[in-house]
Amino acid sequence: MATKTPELDAVSGPEAEGQPEQASPETTKTATTGPSQRLSRRSFLSHLGAAGLVATAPPLLAATPASAAPMEQAQEPAAAGTVPLTLRVNGQAHKLMLDPRTTLLDCLREDLELPGTKKGCDHGQCGACTVHVNGRRVNSCLSFAVMHAGDEIVTIEGVGQPGHLHPMQAAFIEHDAYQCGYCTSGQIMSAVAVLKEPVGPSDDDVKTAMYGNICRCGAYPNIVAAVQAARRGI
Amino acid sequence: MEAFEYIRAESLGAAVVSGSKSATAQQGASVRFVAGGTNLIDMMKLNVERPKVIVDINALPLDTIVPTPAGGLRIGALARNSDVAHHPAVQKDYAVLSQALLSGASPQLRNMATTGGNLLQRTRCVYFRDTAHGCNKREPGTGCSAIGGHNRMLAILGTSDSCIATNPSDQNVALTALEATVELRGPKGERSVPIHDFYLLPGTTPQRETVLEPGEIVTAVTLPPPVGASLYLKLRDRAAYEFALASAAIVMKLDGGRIRGVRVAMGGVGAKPWRSLEAEKELQGKAPDAATFRRAAEAALKDARPQSENGFKVELARRCLVRALTLSTRAA
Repeated sequence: MATKTPELDAVSGPEAEGQPEQASPETTKTATTGPSQRLSRRSFLSHLGAAGLVATAPPLLAATPASAAPMEQAQEPAAAGTVPLTLRVNGQAHKLMLDPRTTLLDCLREDLELPGTKKGCDHGQCGACTVHVNGRRVNSCLSFAVMHAGDEIVTIEGVGQPGHLHPMQAAFIEHDAYQCGYCTSGQIMSAVAVLKEPVGPSDDDVKTAMYGNICRCGAYPNIVAAVQAARRGI
Repeated sequence: MEAFEYIRAESLGAAVVSGSKSATAQQGASVRFVAGGTNLIDMMKLNVERPKVIVDINALPLDTIVPTPAGGLRIGALARNSDVAHHPAVQKDYAVLSQALLSGASPQLRNMATTGGNLLQRTRCVYFRDTAHGCNKREPGTGCSAIGGHNRMLAILGTSDSCIATNPSDQNVALTALEATVELRGPKGERSVPIHDFYLLPGTTPQRETVLEPGEIVTAVTLPPPVGASLYLKLRDRAAYEFALASAAIVMKLDGGRIRGVRVAMGGVGAKPWRSLEAEKELQGKAPDAATFRRAAEAALKDARPQSENGFKVELARRCLVRALTLSTRAA
């Protein structure tokens, strides 16, 4: 029935690659840049970006790498206007210095290197960025990270991992509930929340409960089937 | 997005002090309170709002929903839309509010958005949201690009030559039909404003949308004791996750086959949440029949001033009202 193999890429989105569960940000950083790490799409693209910059940069800039190094280092100390924040994500506390403008979404993806949460519209209209805050699903793009000191945040990485998938993740694989996979982590975060929300039993009830998550591939029938299967199984 | 200073308010008094440093509480305010953030942060990303200071009020104890001594309900400004919509007292006695809330936004947004924030929700007019175009509401004196422009979604009641923007909220239409009172706390103390007086028509100053003064913060919305059955009907381009083309909130009681205590408000058509005293006058004391409903609908829309693309809204709003009144009669 299922035509896709149950691999992590398909479960938590195309960019989430073999990050060990409960990894600290430091560990994660090392893992994504370390020589022993298998080539991930994310690290490949970021290296390609750097290489592309050098290749297309004016000769003067390319010939003076020494001037580029201090610029990179200048970003390390706390920049003006940043504020301290301790953020609890997937059961782990992270100490951060953040520009208050940083959305929860950007903080998760860029600062904590948890790229399973996706940026779609960035305006609360698509649901790709859905995460749980204190057990409730929200759009992480429309919230500043600094507003979440003391909150318990769960992302797709905290819901399940290869080997011990959440039943909803397993149901999405079983029912082929995605095509490109970009909306999938947001769909699953919403679907996991639906398990605890006052939602009626019918397919129409599920559609109503899930309408905050857009799927441009149009995998909706299979998404509804997956959500219903997971609801029956729990 | 422009840089801002972030302050976490530890008390209501501290929030008021921080807010009062802004020259205005309206468009262009240099200090903004943030609660759910769903509307403000969206507009900050668009550079429509460029506050220098953000005061986070989420830690304030303003999220309770409690009965009032008068038999009504007091809904804290920080009560989330989803919590209000699913609250047993709201579902039982103020169904119109629950239905209106659940017809708006998405489950995720309703988990974030607050009663007070929804009250202050800004228009979806595309020109207000796009800084490349003139907009008297966003930047007074730059003209209204919507008049003669893309105005299909915009208002037909209460507009002016300066602005034809629609108030997009569903919640506020229900609160208008329920005759809610907005509780405010500011530098001069507390005051209560009937929702009918809380919103301002655009006139020549569309940048002023409410009576809020610098430092004033919405602390609660109070509902009077329930009158009778109530209902919200929303018509839109798709069945979910869309703003109203026309909507109607009805509160009504039937007594001896006659309509009593009826209140009519409309959404999607007004420059502010639109109370129709004209429609109520046609309905009060009459038998609930199709002819009466049609007369009420005609009265409600008699001053409609459609634009180049939204002439359809006049009849759509009339039929919305007739349909809502018909359904209300069955529920009453």
